[in-house]
Amino acid sequence: MVVKLGKEEVEKVAELARLDLIEFEKDIFGGQLNTILDYFDKLKEIEISEVEPTSHVSVQRNVFREDQAVSAFSKNDLLQNSPDSKKGCFRVPKIIE
Amino acid sequence: MDLYRLTIHELREMLRKGDVSSRDITKSVFSRIRDVESEIGAFITLMEQEGLDFSDEADKRIKEGKTGELTGIPLAIKDNICIKGVKTTCGSKMLENYRPPYDGTVIEKVRKNTPIFVGKTNMDEFAMGSSTETSYFGVTHNPWDLERVPGGSSGGSASAVAADECIGALGSDTGGSIRQPAAFCGIVGLKPTYGRVSRFGLVAFASSLDQIGTLTKDVRDCAILLTVISGYDSLDSTSIDVEVQDYERNLDGGVNGLKIGVPKEYFAGGIDPAVEKAVWGALMELEKLGATYKEVSLPHSDYALAAYYLIAPAETSSNLARYDGVKYGYRTSGAEGLMNMYVKTRSEGFGQEVKRRIILGTYALSAGYYDAYYKKASQVRTLVKRDFEEGFKECDVMLTPTVPTPAFKIGEKVGTPLQMYFTDIFTIPANLAGIPGISIPCGFNKDELPIGVQLLGRHFDEARLLQVAHAFEQNTDYHLKKPVIRSVKNKN
Repeated sequence: MVVKLGKEEVEKVAELARLDLIEFEKDIFGGQLNTILDYFDKLKEIEISEVEPTSHVSVQRNVFREDQAVSAFSKNDLLQNSPDSKKGCFRVPKIIE
Repeated sequence: MDLYRLTIHELREMLRKGDVSSRDITKSVFSRIRDVESEIGAFITLMEQEGLDFSDEADKRIKEGKTGELTGIPLAIKDNICIKGVKTTCGSKMLENYRPPYDGTVIEKVRKNTPIFVGKTNMDEFAMGSSTETSYFGVTHNPWDLERVPGGSSGGSASAVAADECIGALGSDTGGSIRQPAAFCGIVGLKPTYGRVSRFGLVAFASSLDQIGTLTKDVRDCAILLTVISGYDSLDSTSIDVEVQDYERNLDGGVNGLKIGVPKEYFAGGIDPAVEKAVWGALMELEKLGATYKEVSLPHSDYALAAYYLIAPAETSSNLARYDGVKYGYRTSGAEGLMNMYVKTRSEGFGQEVKRRIILGTYALSAGYYDAYYKKASQVRTLVKRDFEEGFKECDVMLTPTVPTPAFKIGEKVGTPLQMYFTDIFTIPANLAGIPGISIPCGFNKDELPIGVQLLGRHFDEARLLQVAHAFEQNTDYHLKKPVIRSVKNKN
């Protein structure tokens, strides 16, 4: 089996996805993901370079509406689920030193 | 009489005649839940007090003669569908305390009928899984054998219906998440055409594949629920404006002259002999009732699973980027700086299967791999869709097993994700093509585990699927069998 996703590559992809994996996860994911990716090699069996890709099954069309303000949620409703808020704003850790 | 055992249409009739009150039904269902829930584990949140309050409201409406199709009927809702003010966890630590400030469109539609919401059902985390074992809130047991999984990801909804802990339920199906647990639990599960039902208020997993559907005790109940939840919604631009039929009124079409296609690739091997026998038995029954059948070919079936497990994780990695610990959901304590907060929040908030899929999807979309993986999978999707278009030129519906095997043991496939993925092999193509599919009970194996047969139809041909399923059900009694719920301890 050709290793497609080594430990370093798993770490790199995890970083892109904003995930920090523990050692155990890196090891098992590496093995499992390679098994899965090997299975995906099946797709190489078919020559389909001319086929249009489908990203969505229904007919793609733009859905427009009048540019009118409609009532939405109150600020309080939305802030209620926030892990941290202050003075009607979401609060996050310091960004600028 | 045990009211909890009855169906939507039976209770609807009794309520309208005044033979029973919604409060009686609701109390019966909650007493059933008290008896069996500790063995089954179908629910994440129970809504008993709200339920009883709703039942009084329903009884009032019935007295005033203002009834809808679901008035006073206790329903369970999968925990990725938003009910205003009620915890919607998605089976994840990430949303453990999330209370949506709005109703999903399906909830709004159902609510107009004054039903009773019994509670929110367990599911694989973010609907990623085929066994309900990836839930942060513990496993759900199959009522037919408590040592086995109920299937997934709508395993809580399926178990709750099969164990009579509710009268009907809503779930979601991205690659088989309604039909597969319906088959494992011996009930009826329908995934409608993509766009038939609004996804507004369904927590997104893979948006081009997700669809809300029904889990019920019989086909008539399926038709009743589908009629209520279907329709165009301006809040979901992918919902489609096609007239909603009264599916219940159209149930009695029968199967005389119906042409059934049997896709040969689905029977090529790897099916449990008991499943194969039961599914062929269903075909013979339909032939006896006046249908004809012929072999059809869906030549790219063999590639559908690989394509799905690239497309769904790719969409996952994008959809789940929103969980950053800022606006809602879990946030880590003790992070140093913003970036560290994002990373720690996501690493602590997501479970392993979700992380695995985010990594797989991020990889498949990343520079250098996009053409080989995501693009190629999307091209295969075109071929799978075309296969069905060609196939349906030769037949009205297709008949296949829902799952290659009956329910497997809890823990059996947890360590081998690819084996787990294979349980969706017959359900995935319908999601890739956007066509409707229904699983109905068609037999049992020697261990009394239920077996499901899947019917697939053309886009928006739910009425026909339901007619065929109904004709089959009228002439068989598999759907009437109930599990005897024994505790694991008593068995040993």
